[in-house]
Amino acid sequence: MAIIIVDNKSYTVDERQNVLAACLGHGLNVPYFCWHPAMGSVGACRQCAVKQFKDDRDQSGRLVMSCMTPATNGTRISIDDPEAKAFRASVIEWLMVNHPHDCPVCDEGGECHLQDMTVMTGHVYRRYRYQKRTHRNQALGPFIRHEMNRCIQCYRCVRYYRDYAGGRDLNVFGSHDAVYFGREQDGTLENEFSGNLVEVCPTGVFTDKTFFHHYTRKWDLQAAQSICPHCSLGCNTTAAERSGTLRRITNRFNSQVNGYFLCDRGRFGYEYVNSPHRIKRAMVRQERHQSQSRTTEGVPQPLEFAADCLRQARGIVGIGSPRASLEANVALQSLVGPQNFYQGIDQQKGQLLSTILKVLQTGPVPSASIHDAEQSDAVFVLGADLLNEAPRLTLALLQSIRQQPMEQVDELKIPRWDEAAVRNAVQNRRGPLFLTGYQRTWFHEYATDTYFAAPDDIARLGFAVAGSIGQGAPSVPDISPEVKDLTQRIAEALTHAQRPLIIAGTESGSQATIEAAANVAWALHQQGKQPRLSFVLPECNSAGLALLGGGSLNDAFDTIRQGKADTVIVVENDLYRRADQANVDAFFEAAQTVVVIDSVENRTTAQADVLLPAATGPESDGTFVNQEGRAQRFYQVFVSDGDVKESWRWLSDLGRATSQEGGSESGVATWRNFDDAVSATAIAAPELARIGEVAPSASFRLMGQKAPRQSERCSGRTSLISHLTMHEPPPPVDHDSPLGFTMEGYRGPLPSPLISQFWAPGWNSIQAVNTYQDEVGGPLRDEMPGVRLIEPVATKAAGWFTTIPRAFQPTAHQWLLLPLSTVFGSDELSNQSPAIAQRIGKPFLSLHPSDGARLTLEDQSTIDLVLQGTTYRLVVHLNPSIPVGTAGLSLVPEVFGVRVPTWVDLLKAIQTEQTRRAA
Amino acid sequence: MMNTWIYARNLVVGLWIVFKRTFTKPVTVQYPEEQPYLPPRWRGRIVLTRDPDGEERCVACYLCSAACPVDCISLQAADNPEAHERRYPEFFRINFSRCIYCGMCEEACPTNAIQLIPDFEQSEYARRNLVYEKEDLLISGTGKYHDYNFYRMAGVRTRDKDKGQGEHELPPVDVKSLMP
Amino acid sequence: MIDWSHTALTIAVILGSCLTLAGMLIWVERRLLGVWQERYGPNRLGPGGCLQSLADMIKIFTKEDWIPPFADKAVFVITPAIVVITALMSFVVIPIAPNFVVADLNVGILFFLAMSSLAAYSVIIGGWASNNKFAFLGSLRAIAQLLSYEVFMGISLMGAVILAGSFNLSDIVNAQQHQWFVIPQFLGFLGFFMAGLAEAHRTPFDMPEAEAELVAGYHSEYSGMKFGMFFVGEYLSILLLSAMTVILFFGGWHGPWLPPVVWFGLKMFGFIALIILIRAAWPRYRFDQLLSFGWKVVMPLALINLLVTGGVVLWRAG
Repeated sequence: MAIIIVDNKSYTVDERQNVLAACLGHGLNVPYFCWHPAMGSVGACRQCAVKQFKDDRDQSGRLVMSCMTPATNGTRISIDDPEAKAFRASVIEWLMVNHPHDCPVCDEGGECHLQDMTVMTGHVYRRYRYQKRTHRNQALGPFIRHEMNRCIQCYRCVRYYRDYAGGRDLNVFGSHDAVYFGREQDGTLENEFSGNLVEVCPTGVFTDKTFFHHYTRKWDLQAAQSICPHCSLGCNTTAAERSGTLRRITNRFNSQVNGYFLCDRGRFGYEYVNSPHRIKRAMVRQERHQSQSRTTEGVPQPLEFAADCLRQARGIVGIGSPRASLEANVALQSLVGPQNFYQGIDQQKGQLLSTILKVLQTGPVPSASIHDAEQSDAVFVLGADLLNEAPRLTLALLQSIRQQPMEQVDELKIPRWDEAAVRNAVQNRRGPLFLTGYQRTWFHEYATDTYFAAPDDIARLGFAVAGSIGQGAPSVPDISPEVKDLTQRIAEALTHAQRPLIIAGTESGSQATIEAAANVAWALHQQGKQPRLSFVLPECNSAGLALLGGGSLNDAFDTIRQGKADTVIVVENDLYRRADQANVDAFFEAAQTVVVIDSVENRTTAQADVLLPAATGPESDGTFVNQEGRAQRFYQVFVSDGDVKESWRWLSDLGRATSQEGGSESGVATWRNFDDAVSATAIAAPELARIGEVAPSASFRLMGQKAPRQSERCSGRTSLISHLTMHEPPPPVDHDSPLGFTMEGYRGPLPSPLISQFWAPGWNSIQAVNTYQDEVGGPLRDEMPGVRLIEPVATKAAGWFTTIPRAFQPTAHQWLLLPLSTVFGSDELSNQSPAIAQRIGKPFLSLHPSDGARLTLEDQSTIDLVLQGTTYRLVVHLNPSIPVGTAGLSLVPEVFGVRVPTWVDLLKAIQTEQTRRAA
Repeated sequence: MMNTWIYARNLVVGLWIVFKRTFTKPVTVQYPEEQPYLPPRWRGRIVLTRDPDGEERCVACYLCSAACPVDCISLQAADNPEAHERRYPEFFRINFSRCIYCGMCEEACPTNAIQLIPDFEQSEYARRNLVYEKEDLLISGTGKYHDYNFYRMAGVRTRDKDKGQGEHELPPVDVKSLMP
Repeated sequence: MIDWSHTALTIAVILGSCLTLAGMLIWVERRLLGVWQERYGPNRLGPGGCLQSLADMIKIFTKEDWIPPFADKAVFVITPAIVVITALMSFVVIPIAPNFVVADLNVGILFFLAMSSLAAYSVIIGGWASNNKFAFLGSLRAIAQLLSYEVFMGISLMGAVILAGSFNLSDIVNAQQHQWFVIPQFLGFLGFFMAGLAEAHRTPFDMPEAEAELVAGYHSEYSGMKFGMFFVGEYLSILLLSAMTVILFFGGWHGPWLPPVVWFGLKMFGFIALIILIRAAWPRYRFDQLLSFGWKVVMPLALINLLVTGGVVLWRAG
């Protein structure tokens, strides 16, 4: 800790910071542009100038850039010094010389860092009245709009895009007054994290294109905390609504999870909420096997009908979902009884999840949050394609590879925030990052070593690494010299690190990789390291579902097939994505009544006899457990129209309707609000006991008031629906959370889950998050970053996993078909967003060139492939990274339902088609 | 005692002064037989104007709705594919049953689109008739400000104006030029 | 022996004219206020706008008669009736012309005082039953004001009683055949008139219903015809105050050439106009000023007046 003197007042600050960060942490307003808490200082914009004095006798002082000045003990500065003020005023004035007068049509207006800083600096009158520079804009794809005129050349965008996020296709061009930030030519920004440019850019050069299409100012948005449902990482987002449509997603700072950045799938995938395919009415199908013909009568009848069916049922099968909230799954479990509750995922995935749970619960190694991943100094990824399965984790790993070089930077006495000097000192040195898998992405270029092989071979590598690190760990006997060499390199790098991180995925369906990852982590732990484990799970609440337990989907199919039950309740689950069509068809055929609760139309909802409209994430309260076992609360942002209700509420209503004649209510039927759901969830599994601590309960009040979801300046209250009614009905009442659907309520420091949007007087942009932190970049004040449900209790591993798979052998006719996740396309809900849909590639089959030659297939040729009874039209990609003897199938909407990995005879499957066409 | 007399006298004098008004002419204007003079900047009915080229001036920036103290203005921005990058309000609604004619919207408007005009005759029998949609608000003239055209100043590209063709704009930068 | 037909006719005439006059007074007041404020007032409906009251009445009868859910319903409903009834009851003893009186009671003045005291209850319970803070504050003020002014209203008109030697109003009028009591009883007249203004809640003593601070005081919650009753009651009080002033201090129906009824009417109208002029000209007192003025100034003056009058009468009688 150091003491610095600002305008003759002393402040205690962290001496590892720079003066700018230290001042902002104490709520002192110093304007800035190029500095960013996650990206350090380069001193480019000259906006944060302050005066520094040698000592208390120094009266004249000198101007310094506060972002480039270390906050060492005794630093004496003045922010209010007239000379410093005049300097800052002239800086903003020349930044504004070429800035256009287009704030009214600029999407950044009202939440613009440049506007804030201009006001903060006091530049209110523009003296320049000559010609302004203009630029041509570029079309940057479906996510980002470009308006280059507004640029103030702070270089944040390229620093973020190239240095932080590893992007290549955005750069700075031109010279002197004509500097241009963009791509070499028009085209989609390729990086998976391009959406953060919207928040990184201090003005409106890069704006959210999806938001543009239904634009609303920040002050008009009704917002609340949401948890991203598009992958298992559980990034915190702020979902914002206006007049019944979800308008946008912005990043919500959570020091333990996503920090300042989101991936594009999370940011732009929100429009499934506004989809025309949303189910808005409760419906009962009039006649069986006649889809589309449903009565759209009011709510009570479908509910009554469903309750009747449940009462008369011979047995009920309840199918939960890894994308439904914990509360919805618990509600279903309570309604049908734990013995009739099925997880709704296939057996193999369920097996993987329980293995992961076992590893984390019984082993000594804790799971890693994204923040932990950023801090790790050596990373070994086993068979997970992080960029496509858990994109935000990739961004964290791009920072983790700087950890080891940073130690050298520390030796050079360069402060870590001094970004330009750090980059200069580090050059191209990177910390150890070992990536294994079977699909090459641009991220692999950052790896120390890559290893492309079949899942079993990857697992063998993992076991070999564990074997060479850990004493007593099983070693792999028959291993090739190259792999042995690699094993040694990996083992050496991991043992040299202090905080190694081992990551494994579930997509490949390989149990062995997970066990290998556990072995590696345990071996490192045995060596006295502080390793962390991270498992990438398939969906947003997979971990929560695993904690609840329950049978697999196949068990559910068996129960119906054997006639033990005749009624099915499916909650937020498209079974056609989980099992092959024939099985699911047969399942629905055999069931007497199918009750489906879901939000967006899919093939399962088309089979429903009773269809109840479920609320999507931003329309409901709930809890997700992310891949590290962190339970996080998402709050309802707005009340949807139609009959839409949270799944757990439908199930509670169903419970009540069913038990009406039976007399006393029990279980889910007694739930009246979300607090009841949370308390029931807390006793549903021992690990869930602390679920109530995730966020404040519905009875939480500050000064007797709820927290508002709307800003103080939310407009249009008396005219937004005046064309429908003049009577200005009262706003909806929220019984489920301490939030209100109005602009009334407590305006002051709030526990982090209750903050609607980050805003502070004078700080209208997302940079206002600084004012919510005690230390810039550190946790929020009153942060409730979720509750980690799984912490290791064991101090050493109970025993090694010893089942080492045999090496993968290509066969003559069979190819191992492997799933290839795609960041845009593999997630069910985000695919519904038009912007994401534009980025979904055509379905392809990835083959090693030698396999391509064997099958006489050329790159980019189109084939028809028969898989599990369905014909798919695929483009052939010849890709040297896919191991010989395997084939990768891209998981895009067209090929869902194919169970991968599986063995397939490509010769036959493709040839059949060719002969058929020939005939 | 003296004060009491002064108070008493003042009361009587006040009574007398008021009583004298019996013989003066009322100042009331007998509307509607007699139409009052309204100054051009009278804050009456709200209209949306068009720029000199006949296009809607409103760019749906939401500032009027934010400035409105009774929150009686609501709108939704939309982009017009016809006029490239030219934003316009998809709907624009003023609930005149709430409007207090304070003129804050006009002050806030950066494009001179929303203007209050000297017309106050808006009475309706049904309140719902006081809800004005864009069709009711939009006039075909420029209102009080004749020459202002936001898009000539704004720097953004529109259908009829390329980058660099606006007022005080230099031609677009040639990034490839290395000239100093 | 009471002549029933004569009494019935008198009741009908007085009741009819009282209610009509009270109604018309609303329009008269608005027109007069207009005159004194250099504007027209209601001048559209009928000649000079004289049908305005009719229109107001139609409006007030057809308006929603809303009883607040938080009010004490029974009391809330009774109150407006008490206002009008007490005001009308006082007219029973008012002699408009010789033998033109409903009941020529020998305790006429006491009856009048009793009725005006009863009117205080309507204000108090009206404010209480409304269960609204403004109404309640208004009625609290009304209680203090009415209690204070009731006292010296009685005392200040005792001078006239002593001079006439009777509580009977006809006797008092007849005692003024040669000299109006306003001359020997000027202090008494001032005291009575002020107290009357306070009793009728008129400017400058209209604190119980001060619009600016209490919305409408004790009748804030009343709407429709219930409010109309309060309104009519107030104008009846004005009529009553003018009539009593005329009877007690300005020689009642006495006057040359014109018939007694006309004289009575003219004198009354003069006082009505004065009351309206006062409303047009004078500001409202502060509440503490009102009370201290009543107790510290008017009360001693009224007592002195009573003492001196009694002394003089005793001295003259020898």
